[in-house]
Amino acid sequence: MEYSPPPFFKTGPTPLLRLLFFSALAIALMVTDARLQYLDSMRQVVAIVVYPLQRLASSPVGLAQRVGEFFVTHTSLREENARLAGESFENAAALQQLKSLQAENAQLRELLGTRSRISSSSLSAQILYTSRDPFSRKVIVDKGWQDEVKAGQAVIDDRGVVGQITRVYPWVSEVTLLTDKGLAVPVTNLRNGLRGVVFGVGRDGALELRFMPVNADIQSGDRLVTSGIDGTYPPGLPVAEITNIERDSAYTFARITGKPVARVASNAHVLVLSWESTAPREPAPEAPATAKRRSKAKKGS
Amino acid sequence: MASLAPRPQEILLPVKRSFIAVTLVGALLLNLLPWSGAAALAKPDFVALTLLYWYTYEPRKIGFTSALVLGLLMDISDASLFGQHALGYTVLAYAAIVLHRRVRRFALGAQMLHATAMLLLPLIAMLVVRLAAGAEAPSMLYLVACLTGGALWPLLRLLLPLQQRATTDPDHASI
Repeated sequence: MEYSPPPFFKTGPTPLLRLLFFSALAIALMVTDARLQYLDSMRQVVAIVVYPLQRLASSPVGLAQRVGEFFVTHTSLREENARLAGESFENAAALQQLKSLQAENAQLRELLGTRSRISSSSLSAQILYTSRDPFSRKVIVDKGWQDEVKAGQAVIDDRGVVGQITRVYPWVSEVTLLTDKGLAVPVTNLRNGLRGVVFGVGRDGALELRFMPVNADIQSGDRLVTSGIDGTYPPGLPVAEITNIERDSAYTFARITGKPVARVASNAHVLVLSWESTAPREPAPEAPATAKRRSKAKKGS
Repeated sequence: MASLAPRPQEILLPVKRSFIAVTLVGALLLNLLPWSGAAALAKPDFVALTLLYWYTYEPRKIGFTSALVLGLLMDISDASLFGQHALGYTVLAYAAIVLHRRVRRFALGAQMLHATAMLLLPLIAMLVVRLAAGAEAPSMLYLVACLTGGALWPLLRLLLPLQQRATTDPDHASI
């Protein structure tokens, strides 16, 4: 099927040789990327090259949206205004309660001698596009380390946890969504305080509460909020609602599935939370060799 | 359809490397458009399609390095494994270069079928790599991209030789 040209034409190495060289290079890059963290600076460089192209590609859609927004009808604006006014009225009542509750909580904590748990600030970010990688669930937001976004920060919307920042570039960052197979969130059951870990399953609108014993006190409709014991997510953010429980005594653990509370798949804006946990920090690594292993272990959390 | 295929006696001008680069950057831009929903599923990989065209028709003008570099750019913008697209495009480049003499003589319909099969190669290479890396298998709709890519092949046959057909008067062709 292949015949090579006569040797007096200089054509360089044969295609097979070049295939072997370049695919070996690509595989080496992939293994280095997946197993070690050497390639982050190289990723940054390539990202800077791609960034103008990305902005250029997303600009016509943004323009079309802005033109579309300009032609919104008067009635729809009035309807939306009325709805927002109603919502803000309801929220105001809840906020007043929250203020007094916060004050009361602070007093009680002072009495008990415990430190306050949260000091958080948030940054609003716009979702630029959904990652086109069909194997993972990620979105790209328009804030990067120029806006002091750091890998590991929690990302929420107006209803609950959306995901976590997993990679930061100069002007954009990648958010791994709650439904990604690789993301785990430590949660607690709002009804009885039972702790557990929620995993994504790689499908839209489905989560799994794993490693719960068959006789665990979980009911359909239970709401799970972040427990905050990982130091990544501030405690008390809604994560999931239990939809289905299968208790089969043949297995060690029950099969508990739920659905995310936040609109994980359909958001335009999200909030990036920066939160200083008061939990004791992980001790500093003693040698560089162990540091690498730890950062790999941390990636999964 | 018959008018799309170059007449056997037609001799095209040599393509400029800068034109190849421009088409590849254009394909990259098309890939980077914020596709969503059903369009994102059915979207062909424009970069793979354009690379396939140039590897088939100008294999001496474009090397494996282009496949590698474009693959890395795609990996960053797709937030996928670094090197995944690079591997896929490299495999595509090899298959296209090895078969290019045969494919150029195919009729347009046969070329479309061939392009579909060729576009399947990087998809399968990426699937194998990601499954080996422990990712969840995507739905079968993942493979739709190679069908739409094959369907777009006649468009490439029409558009990409434009620069080489630029002169209408063969007597005053400036090469």
